[in-house]
Amino acid sequence: MKAFTYQRADSAAQAAAAVKPGTKIIAGGTNLLDLMKLQVETPSKLVDINRLPLDKIEETPDGGLRIGTLVRNSDLAADPRVRQRYGVLSRALLAGASAQLRNKATTGGNLLQRTRCYYFYDVTKPCNKRNPGSGCAALAGFNRIHAILGTSDHCIATHPSDMAVAMRALDANVETVNRTGETRVIPIAEFHRLPGKTPEIETSLQPGEIITAVTLPPPPPGVQVYRKVRDRASYAFALVSVAAVVDSTRGRIRSARLAFGGLALKPWRSAQAEQKLTNASANTTTFNSAADAVLEGARGYGGNDFKMPLTRRTLHSVLAEMTRT
Amino acid sequence: MDEHKSNKGPDAPSTFEVTRRTVIETGATALLLTTLPRAALAAGAVDDNEPPASPAQVELQINGQAHSLMLDPRTTLLDTLREHLALTGSKKGCDHGQCGACTVLIDGRRINSCLTLAVMHDGQSITTIEGLAAGDNLHPLQAAFVEHDGFQCGYCTSGQICSAVGMLAESRQGMPSYVTEDLTQPAADLTDVEIRERMSGNICRCAAYPNIVAAIKQAAGIAT
Repeated sequence: MKAFTYQRADSAAQAAAAVKPGTKIIAGGTNLLDLMKLQVETPSKLVDINRLPLDKIEETPDGGLRIGTLVRNSDLAADPRVRQRYGVLSRALLAGASAQLRNKATTGGNLLQRTRCYYFYDVTKPCNKRNPGSGCAALAGFNRIHAILGTSDHCIATHPSDMAVAMRALDANVETVNRTGETRVIPIAEFHRLPGKTPEIETSLQPGEIITAVTLPPPPPGVQVYRKVRDRASYAFALVSVAAVVDSTRGRIRSARLAFGGLALKPWRSAQAEQKLTNASANTTTFNSAADAVLEGARGYGGNDFKMPLTRRTLHSVLAEMTRT
Repeated sequence: MDEHKSNKGPDAPSTFEVTRRTVIETGATALLLTTLPRAALAAGAVDDNEPPASPAQVELQINGQAHSLMLDPRTTLLDTLREHLALTGSKKGCDHGQCGACTVLIDGRRINSCLTLAVMHDGQSITTIEGLAAGDNLHPLQAAFVEHDGFQCGYCTSGQICSAVGMLAESRQGMPSYVTEDLTQPAADLTDVEIRERMSGNICRCAAYPNIVAAIKQAAGIAT
């Protein structure tokens, strides 16, 4: 680990003001310290925000929830209001990492965690995300865990979060503050960026802007499911995951929301797929057309070709389960 | 030495023990310095052949005893325990939060001590495997691990036991797990499936899992 200076922040705006090139905010630290040990991250200064009063879950006037950025993943998953009204979020959180990591990992930190692409982690290999312009070793390398949607010739990494996938299905908003104390609300759909030509730019946060909370609108109607497909039964990243909210009765789907993990550098949603399910009969033809819409433009890179049929089958299974009468 | 002990805690060791430990620790460090090649030292958590950042004052309450330390901010909680306080019960397995061997309890909650910095925990209470027993009386989970042979090589055991202490507390608080069928119910029964899922952050290379589950069930008062 490279040497750094350590500072404890007294306010969110002060923390934002302290962010200069080379400075990193630390909250749970479970991903940042991992990367610092490997010198993938080499900050010269850490600003610790753990003592800020941003660890509450509050009701919003419109019937939603406001989740402070420092709420730990375990506490968010266990909150009775989340379990009752946003089961997909609770399930997604519980599907991620281990209990020890969830006790430390925070809401904002989970959104900002970095890809687990092997080549991003290996500082001896080219990686446009870690070292812009150096190339992408995953394109022709071992790319079993990599993205099939929204990729570019510069990066085919995936976003590793489960929590963010559920939040995408719930249309969450990310609240931020910058160094002058100005606040901003970023819809989660616009929070994570696809790689394009600049995979090193991962979110729409501006320099010196930090996350203070995530808000959830009132829960959408319907049943909520999070299905995660992975190599082990527990404690593994998703190959494919689906966060689904489906409102149906007697084999007829009124509305559906689908967000996917493991497929792209951001939680993936397909408006076309959701349209195919709206006011449609819950049957194989409908599910197939929804899967076709999700996979439109999908591209395999050899090792990850299996993700296309796996996505289709996972979606089928989830929709069949959710619309069973 | 870069720390001193303020013997405020109820279980504070005698002056003789502190001196003895200090001597052993200093001797061991000296031996390492003379026998290990430079590269092996560089593989340590903080030595990157560059000057350390200015040390930070850190107060930690560990197993009921107050410690005041001056630490390089890079020092993980695990390295603080093992290298600065000679509390070597917490183990360094992967050093990346993947194996659980370093699990300790902070204010009663289980975490991976390898993935957090000591400076982040200034003023907090930490319980390690060394702090679970009451004198010669083993903690119920320690006794159950012995009785059920919940280990083979033993390297993961302190992490397993600390993790199980935290897990049983989470369960008593009604926290759900990924395999909990009904999230709207306050608490899930600790079935084998629940215990295995809740303990999945602790890897056992010897695969003592069936006996670990049996030990946890006994300590939790569940019929096996």
